[in-house]
Amino acid sequence: MSGAGGDILLSVDNVSLSFGGVRAISDVSFDIRKGEIRAIIGPNGAGKTSMLNVVNGFYHPQNGQITYRGRTRTRMKPHEAAERGIARTFQNVALFRGMTTLDNIMTGRNLKMKRGLVWQALRFGPALNEEIEHRQACEEIIDFLEIEHIRKTPVGALPYGLQKRVELGRALAMEPELLLLDEPMAGMNLEEKEDMSRFIVEANRLRGATIALIEHDMGVVMDLSDRVVVLQYGRKIADDVPAVVKADQAVIDAYLGVGR
Amino acid sequence: MDLLHAIFVDPFAQMIASPDLLAQTIWEGFVGGILYALIALGFVLIYKASGVFNFAQGIMMVFAALTLVGLHEKGVPAWLALVLTIAVMYGLAVGVERLVLRPLVNQPDIILLMATFGVTYFLIGFGELVFGGNPKSMITRELYLPDGSIDLHVLGGRVQLQKLDIAAAAIALAMVAALALFFQRTRIGRALRAVADDHQAALSVGISLNQIWVIVWFTAGVVALATGIFWGARSDVSFALQVISLKALPVLILGGLTSVPGAIVGGLIIGIGEKLGEFYWGPLLGGGIESWLAYVIALAFLLFRPQGLFGEKIIERI
Repeated sequence: MSGAGGDILLSVDNVSLSFGGVRAISDVSFDIRKGEIRAIIGPNGAGKTSMLNVVNGFYHPQNGQITYRGRTRTRMKPHEAAERGIARTFQNVALFRGMTTLDNIMTGRNLKMKRGLVWQALRFGPALNEEIEHRQACEEIIDFLEIEHIRKTPVGALPYGLQKRVELGRALAMEPELLLLDEPMAGMNLEEKEDMSRFIVEANRLRGATIALIEHDMGVVMDLSDRVVVLQYGRKIADDVPAVVKADQAVIDAYLGVGR
Repeated sequence: MDLLHAIFVDPFAQMIASPDLLAQTIWEGFVGGILYALIALGFVLIYKASGVFNFAQGIMMVFAALTLVGLHEKGVPAWLALVLTIAVMYGLAVGVERLVLRPLVNQPDIILLMATFGVTYFLIGFGELVFGGNPKSMITRELYLPDGSIDLHVLGGRVQLQKLDIAAAAIALAMVAALALFFQRTRIGRALRAVADDHQAALSVGISLNQIWVIVWFTAGVVALATGIFWGARSDVSFALQVISLKALPVLILGGLTSVPGAIVGGLIIGIGEKLGEFYWGPLLGGGIESWLAYVIALAFLLFRPQGLFGEKIIERI
């Protein structure tokens, strides 16, 4: 339980989201404290990914508010979310397939590069130093994720497990305050899951990223997270520490069905 | 036998017999090709970044050239007209992003394609309204573009290079080099390649799609202006000039819609190919094959390599 007692970094209040007549999220509230690993779980179609999309501004909820680092918004914008330190990964890997691992991770530094374009094109003076500085930051992340050997490989050619790692690397390159991970371990074998768990914990402890994580593997969720929010059919049915959530009757019913 | 001889032997015998004529033909093809490549480049830029096949690219070329000449006719000095035209192309990029791309985001490709037809007709109408519909001649002298020609006495004969063509080739090559540096090395270039690959992921790292769209449409506009100046100087500036942009289609089929080097190589193949074809094989068919040969070459490519020379092969998993 690392920073479970920290200040509130993000709070989502009474958010509702629908697509036409389909309600994806109904009146959900929860918060994320600084420094914690927060899991969002629930059966398929519970609205978990929609929730992340609301937080980083891909979807705009019809009702409710999002307060992030003291600023309240009804609708976030992806650009603003990224600028203020929200990074994310996607359920089905979204990488820049034609670009190398290194270039993919460098895009995470995009917002931090400020030098003039002409200087960048010519690799001259301050722009050169800036490029070197950001390259170093990226190389560090590459070391951290143990992907040195694929640094120059176009990511489209990589196996799935490595692509997930590169995607995490790109998010980490943004030095995020809040890191949203959408099923970081989907489709991985046990060994890959253990590696990924380790990276997530280290990103949290050593790099100081607060993490919100959607995951289906209950073992992983129970091990990693400080607190768990459970969604079902777009509603919140439980919100507590893992041990309590695990024993909650509504949660058990949601996952296993209700015997009548 | 005579026919086979005329197709397979005679043209090559001619090439060897008078290499100066061959060099002349290749040079003319090269200049044409590099200008085709510039038009194709405009298509590739926009297609890569926004997934839109920009039907209006040809008209943008005419519109840019027309604005330049039109402003000069109204008494604006040439250099100021050039600056203003670039500003107008920027305004056009912003306008297209605001009024066309942004409202139509996430719509099917065909809708965006149709929207660029709309842009085409708007530009034709607007251009005619402001500058009139009659053909104008390009203000080459006022822009300090050279005229006249250089005669090279080589290869046992004479090769004549128009100075304007040399300038066209030099400026085109400089633009291509600048674009290559821009895309490979700058943060915007990296962002642009990112947008071309995955919109959502690009958004998630804080790349603003709107900004990128304005940048590519503006870049395509500047490329269109350069092409417009040189094509305008070779014939004259009128809306009929947009037909030339159709030649970009075979270039794109050869080079692939997504490849910048492809656009350049494709442009050169089409440009040189059609000049050689016209000069050496044209007489067999009574001449005039230049106007359709490019499409035949493209058709042959479509049969054997539909993704183009450098295009990405699209493999769908089922």
